[in-house]
Amino acid sequence: MNNLLIWPVALPLLTALLALLWPRRSNWIGVAGTGLPLLAVLLVSWQVAASGPLELALGGWAPGLGIALRADGLSVLMLLMSALVTMAVAVYASVYFAHAERRGEFWVLWLLLITALHALFLSGDLFNLYVTLELLGLTAVVLACLGGSRESLQAALRYLVLGLLGSLTFLIGVALIYAGYGTLDMAALGDAIVAGPTAWVALSLMTGGLLIKSALFPLHFWLPPAHANAPAPVSAVLSALVVKAALYLILRLWLELFDGVVTQAAAVIVGVLGAIAVVWGSWAALQAERLKLMAAYSTVAQLGYLFMFMPLLAALPEGAGRELALGALVLLALTHGFAKSAFFLAAGIIMQRAGHDRIAELGGTARSLPVTAFTIALAGVALIGLPPSGSFLAKWQMLSTLFVTGQWVWLPVIAVGTLLAGAYIFRLLGHAFAPGEGVGPSLSVGREEIPAVLLALIATLLLGFWASAVWELVPISAYAGGGA
Amino acid sequence: MMTMSVWLPVGILLSSFIPGVLIFFQPEERHRLRTLLNLLGALVKLLLVGVLIWGVFHEQVFETRWFLAPGLEFVLHADALSVLFVSLSTLLWLVTTIYAIGYLEQTPHRSRFFGFFSLCVTATVGLALAGNLFTFVVFYELLTLATYPLIAHKGSPEALRGARIYLRYTLFGGLLLMIGAVWLHTLTGGVEFVQGGVLDQFAELDRDLLRWIFLLLILGLGVKAALVPLHGWLPQAMVAPAPVSALLHAVAVVKAGAFGIVRVIYDVYGVEFAAELGVLSLLGAVAAITIIYGSVKALSQDHLKKRLAYSTVSQVSYIVLGAAILGPLATIGGLVHLVHQGVMKITLFFAAGNYAEALGIHRVSEMDGVGRRMPGTSLAFSIGALGMIGIPPVAGFISKWYLGLGAVEAGAAVWVLPVLIASSLLNAAYFLPILYRAWFKSPATPWPADKTAGCARELPDPLLWPPVTTAALALLIGLFAAAPYSPLEWAELIAGREYRQ
Amino acid sequence: MTQVLLYALTGAVLFMLGVRAALLRDTVLPRLLALNVSGAGVFLIFVSLAYRGDSLPTDPVPHALVLTGLVVAVSATALALALNRRLREMDNE
Repeated sequence: MNNLLIWPVALPLLTALLALLWPRRSNWIGVAGTGLPLLAVLLVSWQVAASGPLELALGGWAPGLGIALRADGLSVLMLLMSALVTMAVAVYASVYFAHAERRGEFWVLWLLLITALHALFLSGDLFNLYVTLELLGLTAVVLACLGGSRESLQAALRYLVLGLLGSLTFLIGVALIYAGYGTLDMAALGDAIVAGPTAWVALSLMTGGLLIKSALFPLHFWLPPAHANAPAPVSAVLSALVVKAALYLILRLWLELFDGVVTQAAAVIVGVLGAIAVVWGSWAALQAERLKLMAAYSTVAQLGYLFMFMPLLAALPEGAGRELALGALVLLALTHGFAKSAFFLAAGIIMQRAGHDRIAELGGTARSLPVTAFTIALAGVALIGLPPSGSFLAKWQMLSTLFVTGQWVWLPVIAVGTLLAGAYIFRLLGHAFAPGEGVGPSLSVGREEIPAVLLALIATLLLGFWASAVWELVPISAYAGGGA
Repeated sequence: MMTMSVWLPVGILLSSFIPGVLIFFQPEERHRLRTLLNLLGALVKLLLVGVLIWGVFHEQVFETRWFLAPGLEFVLHADALSVLFVSLSTLLWLVTTIYAIGYLEQTPHRSRFFGFFSLCVTATVGLALAGNLFTFVVFYELLTLATYPLIAHKGSPEALRGARIYLRYTLFGGLLLMIGAVWLHTLTGGVEFVQGGVLDQFAELDRDLLRWIFLLLILGLGVKAALVPLHGWLPQAMVAPAPVSALLHAVAVVKAGAFGIVRVIYDVYGVEFAAELGVLSLLGAVAAITIIYGSVKALSQDHLKKRLAYSTVSQVSYIVLGAAILGPLATIGGLVHLVHQGVMKITLFFAAGNYAEALGIHRVSEMDGVGRRMPGTSLAFSIGALGMIGIPPVAGFISKWYLGLGAVEAGAAVWVLPVLIASSLLNAAYFLPILYRAWFKSPATPWPADKTAGCARELPDPLLWPPVTTAALALLIGLFAAAPYSPLEWAELIAGREYRQ
Repeated sequence: MTQVLLYALTGAVLFMLGVRAALLRDTVLPRLLALNVSGAGVFLIFVSLAYRGDSLPTDPVPHALVLTGLVVAVSATALALALNRRLREMDNE
């Protein structure tokens, strides 16, 4: 059964080649190439849930010299998010790029992006992680500038240069680890790494590189222009998935490999940056005049929440309390992934119909595009953290952990962030529900509106009522050395 | 029987949720189907609630549990207090739906309106059936989400402004409530609503901490219950269409706040434990201030719906006052007012809507002689107003009588009785002039916008009958207060179970 | 051993020089060059790690890593240059 692990990576890679060979059929190939890995991911998830972590040594080489793929609870959750979001976005993109001249290029890159994401979530080896991180970064950059406008090219170039800086910094940390411990296999490292200068410096370097990629304040400045100027399907996956990949790595490093090395002080520093990101990002989203820019700033803020979990996690001993907090973090990340991709798709629909996405001129949208307005409202509920969304549960548990650890200081930040999120979402809804000429004639429900509303429903209903699966999966760890 | 006890609470929620969702997808012009869905939902809910009343009266347990996350359960549980609120919401929803169908005829966006309308009732019923603090918070927030589009429904700048102010208050209140609830949840490991309260069993908890949490919870709930100084949104929200105002003031929003306060005092803290903590006297003082303040403000409002809105501010605090006084009689007074105020206030708002709809009357000063022109509506309005003042045999009298008795019983008569008397005098001072104008003055000027000139009847049936029905109801529950299954009887049942130990 | 350390330290210095320049410069081309210098520094560190004393053959793993790393670095640089050229063309139009 372990051979299953190859399929989430191999299928999109093979279909990418097909898409390259038959650009005229690329719409079909692209959707199929996104759907097949979804099936594989579902199988893998089912296996992991039923019988624990899976491991596959590629080519039969033992880990150490060879490369291992591993799936545990955390990776499965990220894979599920990635596969479901990309599936919905692919259906949307098949309409969005239906007659676009460059759809062949889009689908090849799209499938490579999925390959990179899935490989990253399955990698059990630090260097392999570097490679997947780079592959992810490069495909993301090209996708981000497919629109071809000057702004998008500039933003993509900046994204690329900073991404390179980030991954080189990560790589030098990897080199230090190899020098210190003689292996890059994460399972072996989990047992080997002990607190000391090598571990310390390596962790700082790797974390620093990843923080650039996950756009933590004050390293966030590249994100809003890059995400706001990309084509809508691309913005959706950039905000929902690509930044989460770096966050996933940070979680792996901090909680599993370097557990015991991470100090409370370091966690507090990251937490403070996260807190600033929450307040600043939400404030900037409130000021934003364009819908997509607002969504991008909201991503900066939402990532901030995730980093605010770090000091909470670091303060908790291993056990039920920490699993509770980790589950809440993952749930918040998942909810944001689904909600934000729904939001960007909805923004794309409005932009295509209206020709602009200026918030102040959206009057009448609710009348001419009711399903899309509904999508934005649902996604907004999840972004604010109101019930019945998954983020409401996550925030509840976050507050609870706050009281348990006595870290009161974060309470005002969560409160202010929630109220600001309420302000920017309802400002938008106020404009969308206001009377106006709308964004064009009232049309029937478009095929591209369905995936967006499904994503929003996953964020608000599915993750609200069936979130307990997250807490069941999170404790299944392949890296028991640290043990999350 | 086992399965029914699990599915009944869910069924009561779904009976308005499913029609609500279906209505969203109906095209504007299919009003017959929409009406059918609405009424069907309301009738099914009424039927299910009937079963629930019977069951709870015979001490059957109705409970649904759904595991959400470690330490978090979604619990629907029907006890006597839930039944009181559920029946009120269900009955008034049916009446208001009929009224709304008539009121909104030929206006745009009806599918959206009725969709959110049904969701709003679903949230209210969910609040009533919530079996723990977590579930209560969930529905409390859902109620905010469902009512916002209703207040903003007209889409005019004033409507949007009113909705924005409403949202600002309620999101803030919801946040405070959530913080308080999580805190308590973390300290106790989960807060189920149990008659008599649960917190007195946690002797090791710091009393001051519990006082702070009480403050947070009451602040959060006080926003929707419109306790002074958290009432600012209520007069602004009257820009909503008349059926929305009616539901908002009688059942949905302000009642949710008041009901929550009742829940926290009786079923979380326990009224005796709360009195021991000394938090009730402060709450009682706030309620008293709110009662007087609301009445005084109502006095100076010429705008009819605004006058009614301030009257709500004042009247809802009777419920809070009843909860804040220790003793079964005061409890009965507060609880029974939960129902009585709803029935009477919905009558008044229906009538106000009818005046605006038929004759364009929005102000008290325009009401001269309206009694002869619209006798049915005006009769209903008069019964409601007399009830608010507390004149027997209308229901309002019963509430005030029991509150007064309760105050005497608890030895709080010194300050409660003056408040009750002053408030009743003020009620009379702002309602009687309206009645005088309506019945005894003759119209000095033409009506602002006479839309029913030449019609044989004062209004179409769906507009006329709801206020007449609820006015009759207000009279009946006052006259037959001692009958079985009357609100008073039910409040006595709850108070009996509450003070049993 | 000291020789290995010297190589590794040189690599680290190169890396830091590159990062410094990449952060301080505000035009694309010098930044890219600086990043490539940084990359060379990282690769130098890896290669120096492969040395396991005169008696043992060198460790093959770091070499494999560096080869992969070089491929990644080249593609990234090429992409950045292509983007930059497109931007220039837009300016000239």
